[in-house]
Amino acid sequence: METTLPNSIAQDIARASFGSRLWNFFRYSRVFWAWLFLAPTIVTLLIVAGRPLLGTFILSFTDAQLLTLKEASFVGLKNYIAVLSDPDWWIAVRNTVTFSTASVVLETVLGLAIALVLNAEFRGRALLRAAVLIPWAIPTVISAKMWTWMYNDMYGVVNAAFLAFGWIDSPVAWLSSSDTAMAALIAVDVWKTTPFMALLILAGLQLISKDVYEAARIDSDSKARVFWSITLPLLKPTIVVAVIFRALDALRVFDLFYVLTGNKVDTGTVTIYARQRLMEFQEFGLGSAASVLIFLFIGAFTLVYLWLSRPKGEQA
Amino acid sequence: MKALQRIGLYALVLLVVLYAVFPFYWAIVTSLKTGSSLFKVDWIPPQPSLENYATVLREESFLQSVINSVIVASTTSLLALGISILSSYSLARIPFRGRSLILLTILSVSMFPQIAVLSGMFELIRWMGLYNTLTGLSFCYLILVLPFTVWVMRGFMKAIPKELEEAAILDGCGPWRIVSRVFFPLIRPALATTGLLAFIAAWNEFLFALTFTLSSDKRTVPVAIAMLSGGSQYELPWGNIMAASVLVTLPLVVLVLVFQRHIVSGLTSGAVKG
Repeated sequence: METTLPNSIAQDIARASFGSRLWNFFRYSRVFWAWLFLAPTIVTLLIVAGRPLLGTFILSFTDAQLLTLKEASFVGLKNYIAVLSDPDWWIAVRNTVTFSTASVVLETVLGLAIALVLNAEFRGRALLRAAVLIPWAIPTVISAKMWTWMYNDMYGVVNAAFLAFGWIDSPVAWLSSSDTAMAALIAVDVWKTTPFMALLILAGLQLISKDVYEAARIDSDSKARVFWSITLPLLKPTIVVAVIFRALDALRVFDLFYVLTGNKVDTGTVTIYARQRLMEFQEFGLGSAASVLIFLFIGAFTLVYLWLSRPKGEQA
Repeated sequence: MKALQRIGLYALVLLVVLYAVFPFYWAIVTSLKTGSSLFKVDWIPPQPSLENYATVLREESFLQSVINSVIVASTTSLLALGISILSSYSLARIPFRGRSLILLTILSVSMFPQIAVLSGMFELIRWMGLYNTLTGLSFCYLILVLPFTVWVMRGFMKAIPKELEEAAILDGCGPWRIVSRVFFPLIRPALATTGLLAFIAAWNEFLFALTFTLSSDKRTVPVAIAMLSGGSQYELPWGNIMAASVLVTLPLVVLVLVFQRHIVSGLTSGAVKG
């Protein structure tokens, strides 16, 4: 929105001396004020985001240790080679990718299904919306603790329920073996974020104009066809955004794994791996190299995903 | 057929509600049990007792962690709100060269994996002498909260009719007075919502809080609860842990329920409208 100055002010400026013209420029130039208003944000972000990112990047090329950060010397790509040839790193990569793919796919499909149902008018919708916000509001660490207790092999409610339904014959130590632990972790993440995904998609659904559906009804299209050829394409931008935000969250997951399964290698994520190198093994160079790799991977993922899901009109 | 669909719909709704609420319900049930009844699965506690709550509330380190979390989360969200009122006005209302570049940068900062800045932040915080301080935590939470508040507030600012701003300009208001006298009163409800979301984000944060604090008197709630542990899995004081969890979650749940309408619109404004 370009705003022009009212005539009276413009005339005042024209008549004024240089000093007061300068004053008026600062007073009325909207571009000047735009940058002035932005300055605190830009400076803050440079300090809290730019500097630390650069710091991690520099540390990743050094042999820094936690206690001797200042005396580090340049070692080239040695840390990167060490990380990339560490089997534990690749286990962590595999775990992270498995976890992210499974949880995001489940959350999107279930979230879409729930959103479609909720799009109908019914009594108690407010209650439902309130209920689904609860898992989202509970701090991840606390929900992880709650689920650790529910997964307890001797006294946990999950085993009790599964035994009652006859789904298992004897209590399972869900978090002990890496296979069941991964499934258990995915279940917690799905619990925590599906409702929210449903709300996001529902908001998108409600933006679709009713006229479109009216037209389809007059053409007497089947419900399935309406969904595949009208609802889904119109919903795509919403889903694309929701999926990327969820995926970014899932790829950097830390709290859930840290609390539910601890620092174990076979159920570690890349973030757990990097933090362990940094703070527990105190190998700051190595840990920083792993951090940079994670950063690059997630950056590349974001770009590729956005490129793949760009609007069709811009291809060609 | 219609009636059947209704029943199906309500069954599904009930299932979703149960699934969403059950773990929290279970935490409450566990927190009301003591002694050996903790280790039996009862859907309703047989002899509800508040003993676990009394134990937790007597524990000084737990109370200290609640105070720490309140201090850190409110400092961060107030700072972020103050800074982002100004910048979100610029980004929503003033066309200038480089605006989309700045928007893109802010968005990409919110996409940073936290681990990517962890070692650099550690170095910076130690250099500033803020390691193991609440100030240090409030400071580094700005990276999580600020991009988000700018983004959400920009959405709210864009929704204000431009006639209001034009009228203010005709009255001879400069940008500073437009923001402070015209926009600020109008977006006060939005400020409350954004502030609450920022507060929750800071309140729940774990990785920085775990890494940048050392002594137990500087811990925030998530760290304090994660650290509540006995010698082995079987000695964990589950009753106490659940009581502590319920105590720190209940205020959040109440706030979220009170503000739910605004929260949903606040969170979706960024995601859906772009």
